[in-house]
Amino acid sequence: MSKDFLATVMIWLTALLISGFFLYLLTDMLIHGLDRLSWAYLLDAPLDAGRSGGIAPIVTATAILVLIAIIVAAPLGLATAVLLTEFTRQKSHFGRFVERSLDVLASVPSIIFGLFGNAFFCLFLGLGFSLLSGGLTLACMALPILIRSAVEGLRSAPDEYRLAAAALGMTRGAALLHLLLPTAAPALAAGLMLGIGRAGAETAALIFTSGYVDRMPESWFDSGRALSVHIYDLAMNVPGGDASAHAAALVLVLLLFTINSIAMGLTRRWQRGRIHSL
Amino acid sequence: MIWSWHNILSLSRTDSILAALLRLCALLSAAIVILILLFLISESWPVLQHVPLSRFISDASWHPAQGLYNIAPMLGATLLSSLGAVLLATPLGIASALFCHYYAPTALAIWHRRTIALLAGIPSVVYGFWGLTTLAPLIGRLHPPGVSLLTGIVVLTMMILPTVALTVDAALAGVPAAYLRGAAALGLTRWSMINGVVLPAARSGIASGIMLAAVRAIGETMAILMVAGNVVQYPDSLFASVRTLTANIALEMAYAMGDHRAALFVTGLALLAMVLLLVGFAEFFKQDAAHV
Amino acid sequence: MKVSMDDTDKNSEAQQSYTLGPLQSGPHCCDPRPLISVTDLSLHYGAKTALENVSLDIYQGCITALIGPSGCGKTSFLSALNRLTDMLPGCHVSGRIRFNDLDVCDPDLDVRLLRRDIGMIFQKPVPFPLSVRRNIELPLREHGMRRQAEIDAVVQQVLQDVGLWDEVKDRLNSPAQALSGGQQQRLCIARALALQPKVLLMDEPCSALDPIASGVVEDLILRLQGRYTVVIVTHNLAQARRIANYAGFLWMRERTGRLIEFGQCRQIFEAPAHALTASYVNGERG
Repeated sequence: MSKDFLATVMIWLTALLISGFFLYLLTDMLIHGLDRLSWAYLLDAPLDAGRSGGIAPIVTATAILVLIAIIVAAPLGLATAVLLTEFTRQKSHFGRFVERSLDVLASVPSIIFGLFGNAFFCLFLGLGFSLLSGGLTLACMALPILIRSAVEGLRSAPDEYRLAAAALGMTRGAALLHLLLPTAAPALAAGLMLGIGRAGAETAALIFTSGYVDRMPESWFDSGRALSVHIYDLAMNVPGGDASAHAAALVLVLLLFTINSIAMGLTRRWQRGRIHSL
Repeated sequence: MIWSWHNILSLSRTDSILAALLRLCALLSAAIVILILLFLISESWPVLQHVPLSRFISDASWHPAQGLYNIAPMLGATLLSSLGAVLLATPLGIASALFCHYYAPTALAIWHRRTIALLAGIPSVVYGFWGLTTLAPLIGRLHPPGVSLLTGIVVLTMMILPTVALTVDAALAGVPAAYLRGAAALGLTRWSMINGVVLPAARSGIASGIMLAAVRAIGETMAILMVAGNVVQYPDSLFASVRTLTANIALEMAYAMGDHRAALFVTGLALLAMVLLLVGFAEFFKQDAAHV
Repeated sequence: MKVSMDDTDKNSEAQQSYTLGPLQSGPHCCDPRPLISVTDLSLHYGAKTALENVSLDIYQGCITALIGPSGCGKTSFLSALNRLTDMLPGCHVSGRIRFNDLDVCDPDLDVRLLRRDIGMIFQKPVPFPLSVRRNIELPLREHGMRRQAEIDAVVQQVLQDVGLWDEVKDRLNSPAQALSGGQQQRLCIARALALQPKVLLMDEPCSALDPIASGVVEDLILRLQGRYTVVIVTHNLAQARRIANYAGFLWMRERTGRLIEFGQCRQIFEAPAHALTASYVNGERG
């Protein structure tokens, strides 16, 4: 048997293994999750530490956390990306300093973000265990993802647009607003998607920033339990919570998938709209 | 005349105001990582003041309530589980990337890439939960208790596999087509071409991908917390329960006070140091790649 | 439809009266006055010198062609005239450029005003990823034109000027990038004309087009003569000969672009003073 043949077999087997694992994971989640999943599960409050009842307050808290994270991180990230691509030369010290520190930020483990969020937002800024603390911690985590994809998007916008716009006497700001950002829109949306995905999937950074409380949050200063924290809690601390955890896991995965699809659909429409209207 | 001149005169002003504003935002973004470092240090300061660093590996055990701070077993668990996961995920990830580039028909390659991307998007808590409810019982049948170093390694492998696969995929895409044509012109078999030309040409990219995967493995918390058993000990076999540094923080942070809390921040610093070291290596390989 | 410009005295008010009716050539350039004077212009990219000690005059209402082999700094020269060199990383310009009474190299100069007066057409057509109408409307709005009726009038005007109106009047709202290459280039010219520039810089405007489209654009450039001052970079010697009043020949010496000869187009092609020019225009070199 030749090496070439052996390699071919091994590589196909690996691909098969990965796909097989994916399908196994997916069907496993569906089979166990669909048991408990119902409208009531989505709309009710959890009872008996989550063993029964639903996850309405938890989904709400998750949404608020992600929303805070994106509202804070998206403008900051976009501004940073624009500065890096449009207003600094790639060799400048400031630009390199910013890029380097973002590279480091991107690789900081989520539990470290949890420690930092606890020390900085909860205690130092006095926000306590709250959705705001959790959301801001998530914003720090999502920031490098948003910036990286926005930078990639803007760098891939053709230089001719910048030159042609300048040759027409347009400001850099105008070229950015009307030409470069719309061109980079798919990349921006993809980054936003990834950022939402990262924020929505996060657990470790939230345990000691937004807390465990599973009541319906009334303001962003309330503590709230994210869906991922709920799954963790049910699986580890609540005997007999597996069925609920399975359903919650399915909801989380489906939710992440849906958010991504919506984001993509919105960008497509936005881009089409930009062509005609001012 | 149609032109409004005030608009034109304010040109450089609008652009420079915008630039200043953007600079401020960028400074803020860049400051986060410095803030993180500052707060980790200031929170660990109380214990670092009266406990020398050497005691974190020479104390009798990890009993922070009694002032014993040995994190060595947990450090070992972190390193072992990450090493195992990287050793498993590297060949799988490279094979997966090779499959997409040189083996699969286009449609299948697209489908495979999509699968990898979806795997990358699954939250770590879901991996952990799946490991706890499905994988741990399977391994427990082989050798109890099931929640063990091995389970941790397998789950971590699945989690970092997409990282390896995606970075290697990108590195393979950067291999100049001329190399491949040259190899094909010599009549090499597909595997000799890959082994002799493609992998050497892409080795810097592959190395930096492995480093990034190791960073993920070391920093991973939830999955390993849920499947590794969390006993503070040096593992005597693959089936022993272990507790990693990250899991330790997640478990004890909720009730830690005073020096105990500060000691947890010290473990956080240790984690960060390891990660920064690896990122430095990855950066080194990336620059190496830029020179080739 | 009125064209009110006398040959000798041309001030800015006279320039602005060219807005009605399809494009008509202005007076032929027979009594040339320099509109742009370039003195000792040198251009460096980092340590590399792209262009050294170029001095020439660009005459008002005339077409000036710059010829020479690739890489001898023709495009860099054009970019220096409208300060587009500001956008190029590592680019440094020295020397003097005067446009009307403006010092083009003055760092405090409002480049937006300068670039409105000196339009530029690139080698590859650069329609923005917008509709045909918006391509022209966007720069107009950026320069302070607000009334839609006025904008629509200008859009129609300039599209007629470049002979594109009949081709696109039914699809003003469809993407400009769906137009053919020649149409795209004419749209870019129309977009530049909409700002009522005094000078048009053209960087090989025909070289990315097929022969027929290239012919259409060339005819258009000829019709710009007189009303606009045109500086055109071209590799196509025959084209330079057909359309230009003045020609400058650039050549690489010691890895640096230099202006070898500048003069009336006919003189450059028929009686070049310099041996290098002669061998280049006769196709023996370059």
